[in-house]
Amino acid sequence: MLDYDKLLSKTVQEIPPSGIRKLFNVVNEMKDVVSLGVGEPDFNTPRSIRDMGIRSLELGHTHYTANAGLLELRKEICRYLDRKYELSYTEDEVLVTVGGSEAIDAALRSIINPGDEVLIPEPSFVCYKPLTLFAGGTPVPIVTKEENNFRLTVEDLKAAVTEKTKALILPYPNNPTGAILEKDDLEALASFLRDTNIFVLTDEIYSELNYTPEGHTSIASYPGMKERTIYINGFSKAFAMTGWRLGYVCAPKEIMKLILKVHQYGIMSSPTTSQYAAIEALRNCDGDVAAMRNEYNMRRRLMVTGFREMGFECFEPLGAFYVFPNISKAGLKSDDFCETLLLEERVAVVSGSAFGDSGEGFIRCSYAYSISNINKALERMKRFADKHIK
Amino acid sequence: MKRILDILQNDARITPEKIAVMTGLELSEVESAIAKMEEEKIILGYKPIVNEDKVAADTVTALIELKVTPSAGEGFDAIASRIYCYEQVRHLYLMSGAYDLAVFVEGRNIKEVAMFVSEHLAQMDSVISTSTHFMLKTYKREGIIFENVKTDDREMMM
Repeated sequence: MLDYDKLLSKTVQEIPPSGIRKLFNVVNEMKDVVSLGVGEPDFNTPRSIRDMGIRSLELGHTHYTANAGLLELRKEICRYLDRKYELSYTEDEVLVTVGGSEAIDAALRSIINPGDEVLIPEPSFVCYKPLTLFAGGTPVPIVTKEENNFRLTVEDLKAAVTEKTKALILPYPNNPTGAILEKDDLEALASFLRDTNIFVLTDEIYSELNYTPEGHTSIASYPGMKERTIYINGFSKAFAMTGWRLGYVCAPKEIMKLILKVHQYGIMSSPTTSQYAAIEALRNCDGDVAAMRNEYNMRRRLMVTGFREMGFECFEPLGAFYVFPNISKAGLKSDDFCETLLLEERVAVVSGSAFGDSGEGFIRCSYAYSISNINKALERMKRFADKHIK
Repeated sequence: MKRILDILQNDARITPEKIAVMTGLELSEVESAIAKMEEEKIILGYKPIVNEDKVAADTVTALIELKVTPSAGEGFDAIASRIYCYEQVRHLYLMSGAYDLAVFVEGRNIKEVAMFVSEHLAQMDSVISTSTHFMLKTYKREGIIFENVKTDDREMMM
């Protein structure tokens, strides 16, 4: 028998498995569970996008594409980013990836030298820390606070910067908090970062799901920021295309040269069918995106009001499709809250602590669910809150 | 108004309180908008969508295609108003194309429906011909697919 513990990678062994999945096996064995757990759209991909994927198969587009992705798609991405967020990238500054996750991975591998520190606002999506470690870097959390609406402030950023700081990850709109950054926040961050050598890895996968009238703004659109920014987005959340596994990364040519190497040796090229479908998404689906955003927004209001009526503090999330209520009033730790809620009322939510220590005291509830599902969950949770809030 | 209607069309049981939260409107605004739509007969009623096959339905439904001679002055409305008065007639539409009126008739069995057609519809003066089609199975109604109702198949919690 091999001594696997000794033989296998120390780095990977030491990373705990994703906390989000903790209760997943329990959920699967229970009946009549109402879930607010999953982090992907409940909508299916808009019909015209699916049709374009099918059409590309009929036409025999079943081969690799260029490593960086179809030229036509990259051009379309440039046009989209220009018209939506006033970003000016050219097609050789764009690379199509297997989801946003691969883009984050490839970007980190391209910039990190051993010992480099990567600043990660927390609570945030679970992949940044492990991917930084895989790339040989040192993750440094920056705790964002409820009283700041979970926004990264320039003061908190400055306090975390050291000589070893290589990059800042900017995960807004944020999973799990639903926090966004607005123009004032971005301006303040940009004016500090502009005079440093810190790269900004901005993960804007939820950019279409911003519920302010102004909509989303990218840090990359600020003067002096493009040269230090690695911009990441994808099709999963905006176009309900999670299963297609398609994202993209934009960066100055000097950085892109390296990202391309990581991608071409690790991946070759992203799925061809998905790339053809994505062209349709960017060209003709603004209406579908707006309809989904409108639907999410109604659910968002329902959730926030629901939690406040239960007696929990719940800051108003303005992005993504999560609410992040403070459940400390119930007198349970987040993990225990989730487990007790599941056993007593059969509602599945994700513990805030799965997204970093600073998520303790909170739970993540997704509203990528039907209104009737949300209402059922809220009714059950109201009963739970009445019982547990002293 | 359109937003409220959209919400109700998706789920008529949703309360005005919830609609107010979802839309950001005042409760009183929502209530008066709904009242207005009811008054103006924009909203005609609220009924559950029932899968008749599951309630041991001893009813059959037929689509009867009617060709009729429109009456001078009143067109198809005169004959239509005579037809829709029968409680056996569940739906009635004026159609373009090969026939004029689509009549959905419900009865306890095939014979009852057939008798209704021959005794009532076929004998009306302006009716030129009838063609009866019995409905065998419902696949989709009101935007809802009846069989294999899709459950949430999302597996990833992230």
